[in-house]
Amino acid sequence: MITARIVFARPSDPRMSLTHPPQMRQETAASDIPAIELRGICKAFGPVQANKDISIRVRRGTIHGIVGENGAGKSTLMSILYGFYRADAGEILINGRPTEIPDSLSAIRAGIGMVFQHFKLVENFTVLENVILGAEGSALLRPSLAKARGLLKDLAREFELNVDPDALIENLSVGHQQRVEILKALYREADILILDEPTGVLTPSEADHLFRILRGLKEQGKTIILITHKLREIMDVTDDVSVMRRGEMVATRATAQTSPTELAELMVGRKVLLRVEKTPATPGEEVLRVQSLRLVDGQGVERLRGLDFTIRAGEILGIAGVAGNGQSELLEVLAGLRPATGQAWLRGAVLPLSGPGADAQTRRATAVAHVPEDRHRRGLVLNFHAWENTALGYHNDPAYNPTPWKMDNDAIIRDTSAKMAAFDVRPPDPQLKASGFSGGNQQKIVLAREIEHAPDLLLVGQPTRGVDIGAIEFIHQRLIRLRDAGAAILLVSVELDEIMALSDRIVVMFDGRIMGERLPEKTNAQELGLLMAGMA
Amino acid sequence: MSGNGRIPNWADVTLVPLVSVLLAFILSGILIWAIGESPWAAVKLMVEGAFGSSYGWGYTLYYATNFMFTGLAVAVAFQARLFNIGGEGQALLGGLGVALVCLYIPWPHWSLALLAACAGAAGFGALWALIPGYLQARRGSHIVITTIMFNFIAASLLGYVLVNVLRPQGSQDPSSPRFPAEVALPKLHEMLALVGIPFSRVPPVNISLLIAVGMCFAVWFLLWRTRLGYQIRAFGESEPAAEYAGISPARITIYVMLISGALAGLMAVNSVMGEQQRLVLNAVEGAGFIGIAVALMGRNHPFGVFLAAILFGFLYQGGAELALWTSIPRELIVVIQALVILFTGALDNMVRIPIARLFALRGAR
Amino acid sequence: MDIATFVQVLDSTLRLATPLLFACLAGLISERAGVFDIGLEVKMLGAAFMAAAIAFVSGNVWIGVAAAVAGSVLMSLVHGGAAITFRGNQRISGVAINFLAAGITVVIAQNWFRQGGRTPSLSGDARMARIDLPFAENLRDVPVIGPVYHGILSGPAPLVYVAFLCVPATWYLLFRTRFGLRLRAVGENPAAVDTAGVSVIGLRFAAVAICGVLCGLAGAYLSTGLSAGFVKDMTAGRGFIALAAMIFAKWRPWQAMGAVLLFGLLEAVANRFQNIDIFGVAVPVQAMQALPYILTVVILAGFVGKAIPPRAGGAAYVKEH
Repeated sequence: MITARIVFARPSDPRMSLTHPPQMRQETAASDIPAIELRGICKAFGPVQANKDISIRVRRGTIHGIVGENGAGKSTLMSILYGFYRADAGEILINGRPTEIPDSLSAIRAGIGMVFQHFKLVENFTVLENVILGAEGSALLRPSLAKARGLLKDLAREFELNVDPDALIENLSVGHQQRVEILKALYREADILILDEPTGVLTPSEADHLFRILRGLKEQGKTIILITHKLREIMDVTDDVSVMRRGEMVATRATAQTSPTELAELMVGRKVLLRVEKTPATPGEEVLRVQSLRLVDGQGVERLRGLDFTIRAGEILGIAGVAGNGQSELLEVLAGLRPATGQAWLRGAVLPLSGPGADAQTRRATAVAHVPEDRHRRGLVLNFHAWENTALGYHNDPAYNPTPWKMDNDAIIRDTSAKMAAFDVRPPDPQLKASGFSGGNQQKIVLAREIEHAPDLLLVGQPTRGVDIGAIEFIHQRLIRLRDAGAAILLVSVELDEIMALSDRIVVMFDGRIMGERLPEKTNAQELGLLMAGMA
Repeated sequence: MSGNGRIPNWADVTLVPLVSVLLAFILSGILIWAIGESPWAAVKLMVEGAFGSSYGWGYTLYYATNFMFTGLAVAVAFQARLFNIGGEGQALLGGLGVALVCLYIPWPHWSLALLAACAGAAGFGALWALIPGYLQARRGSHIVITTIMFNFIAASLLGYVLVNVLRPQGSQDPSSPRFPAEVALPKLHEMLALVGIPFSRVPPVNISLLIAVGMCFAVWFLLWRTRLGYQIRAFGESEPAAEYAGISPARITIYVMLISGALAGLMAVNSVMGEQQRLVLNAVEGAGFIGIAVALMGRNHPFGVFLAAILFGFLYQGGAELALWTSIPRELIVVIQALVILFTGALDNMVRIPIARLFALRGAR
Repeated sequence: MDIATFVQVLDSTLRLATPLLFACLAGLISERAGVFDIGLEVKMLGAAFMAAAIAFVSGNVWIGVAAAVAGSVLMSLVHGGAAITFRGNQRISGVAINFLAAGITVVIAQNWFRQGGRTPSLSGDARMARIDLPFAENLRDVPVIGPVYHGILSGPAPLVYVAFLCVPATWYLLFRTRFGLRLRAVGENPAAVDTAGVSVIGLRFAAVAICGVLCGLAGAYLSTGLSAGFVKDMTAGRGFIALAAMIFAKWRPWQAMGAVLLFGLLEAVANRFQNIDIFGVAVPVQAMQALPYILTVVILAGFVGKAIPPRAGGAAYVKEH
């Protein structure tokens, strides 16, 4: 125990850890005390058990992946490790020593650094100011800044972490901002680095650069925990991988001795066989035609770089892609939520993309319905009753407004009851607030509202995100049924399985462009994965 | 996660505000005790002064009328998550509207004058709220700060108009001439006399009370029975969801501020036309601010506003009696009002979380 | 306008700007830390009362000043408790505290002194003494320098100098110290501060307390320096002018000094002349009074350079990953 303490005491000057890495590595190899060991961690939020009796050992000097679906409890576990939450039960051992981590400061002192999914940077501070924040060293800024400047130069050379120390964060790209977060952790002499979904916001080339950095850090003896739900990254970069499912740690494997198929099965808990019963599509006339659609966002970044595609009646066009490659923007433009340039036609008539007529109300009036990606933020008013949510977006519907000055609440309630019955919403109570339903039932309320208005074109984003298995099948069947009734459906999903199971044609988006179009029966996940990564 | 929302609805709308008011009263009682008076005697004096006679009732209802208008003004804006603290300035401008209507147009009968004065008061009040509303909707200037600024600008503007335009020649007093007798509003005692109920002739409570009660109903109808109300509430609950539904945030902001300003302006019909019968510098006397307390206490619901307005009417009348008979100054009421705002508005969580815990305990058993 | 009048106006500008400057810097520090404070007005009022009351009772103005600071800090902490600890609406809390102090000062003043909600007039050591700079009398008759030195720079109460020294001090604190860096960070992105292992609540309370100290000095100067005693509502909207000046200066200390001098000048001119004739147009005094507010609205509306408040301002910090 005593020897361990001497061997693994962290050097007080971070330069030491940079200049004497080989020594560290030897010692690491000599010892099998894990950098981090968690024993029986439990955490509940009210009735929800986010972490159930979790135990895990992370070997020193390795990259350890933690995979799991959204809501599996990965982020909660890491937040416990970083002192954001306190575990209800369990023990944390750092370098073999039991450690209490009641707050972030304790985590930093224990040598843990964290790169959050949403960066914790002060936008109008410089890189340097962000790096020293909280670790200034002296009461006056000047000496701290000078010291940090020198150290940053060393780190940049060592790990390909080049960032202009005097640039304002708000002027940096997302990839560079992430480097600042890593620099922050290294400046605080972190030995253990946790990255939460680091590539969700990165382009593939930025992600590759990140992985190079991570490998470099590993070489220097750092321990890295990588949280992700992307199996490709796990296979590429990790040494070990642990799988979480519904708050439990279900397995830990050496990456070399497992396969994506096995990991996927462990994540989902059953054979991943997303098969939806459907007949071949019988596409009718063209419903939507889009030509050279472009969108430049508020920061001047071009999010959509000239899209061309069509959708016919009675077919589902699936848009595959890694999140953040323009799919969300495409949905919002077509739904009338943000203006863009280019041309579009709906059933042959010009569909305005900006100016008058390019708003959500007009879209609904022309039989374009929209199931948004984020039902909590956009699709529902959580504090409204179910019946009030049924009128959301359709509050001008003549059926709800028999007279111009009074809304017929009773008619809306009756309509809600009918929709709830048709979509098997439980409990079928129109007076219950939207926040009182489970994720699957909330999504059914949104789908019922949009589908029952018999749209010609349905825009759907992430229809089954955070939805239980039973509801997934139901939702998929309803989308197929709407297609068979002759509607055109634009489906955006980051779940490749879902895209492949539902779509009649698949378009892959990457970096605001369409990389290619495939037929689901004539392609496979590998080919689509390459297109999604921008390699074609 | 803190247990919010675990409180049953009935407790949320009754228990939480009642406990808040109770806390405010207890603290005020301690203050009264600390300055050497008896809190118990003070309460007795206040209740008797406000409810013990038709004289007291008359004043209580007169004040309550003011507070219903300003309370509704704040509540409507709150429904859209807009904090309009400009009720004071909007009511001042409403007073100007009333004065112009009453002074410059010869009215044959009070009823016609009342209609026009309502239009004038609401119109000027709405106009004064429109500018901050527009600036928030189109330029992103925060409405709290702009409405504060507009309160001061309104005071300066009114000062200028009273001194340089409306003041009768030879008068030193910065106020308008008296309104003609034809535009005097019928008082409550005249109205009650028609059905044979005797009522004190002194207090200024007048037909505006009925308008205020009508407005409570109208605002309820607007919010929960019309499309505009639906859009206002949806926008207030979630701006992204409102956008998704095709509700224009800018348009709703402007509409809400127009309605809010009009309601605040209407207060002047009661005070300027019903009581003072001329326009003076401090015609509003802080009622615009009391509207904040009334709206918070009434949980931004028109029925709650109605009850809270009567409570504050009681406090004002009772406080005046207190100042008359004891050494406790009227400002004590301002303290109580502040405590009510503090507990029902800013310290809501302090009251709510323990209540939620109690319910959780009961539910666990 | 003759030189004597000119000097008089500038002299009173300086005095009128002093409480504004204290309050403006107070608001600036609080809002830079992300706590909005529309209760500047009333912290000044409460402090003015405490200063006058305690100075009268003790006969020593500095004991009064200390009491003023203590009272103002106490009010700040109530606001902090509501806004930071209980995550209440910061603006509603500000409004509540405005009323609380406005009412309580009068109630207590009436109870203690029974003079209709005012304190007795202060005199002697209970009032803030003037500071006469050396050679002021000797230089009096020197052209230009004389009137400026004797009439403006020399003579005001010590707190006037303190107020203007607070400008570089605030700037240094905010932009050259560790505390300032953290304070600004917590107003922009409290999550960054929290994950860096620094207490968000501690920093915000510190900022709120400093705000209380400065408001205390503003109020103390008002009742013991600028006038001789406390009267009901004596702040007369100065706290809101200070708030306006803070926005006008876009939350920056040196610009804040410029803004309060401008607004002080407007007040001095409005006090001295009833109507001002500018190029043949008579500007009514009310327009001068309203001008600070109008200018602020114009700035807020972004017609002349946009005022962007600290990004995390007005919102309580809730941990989320």
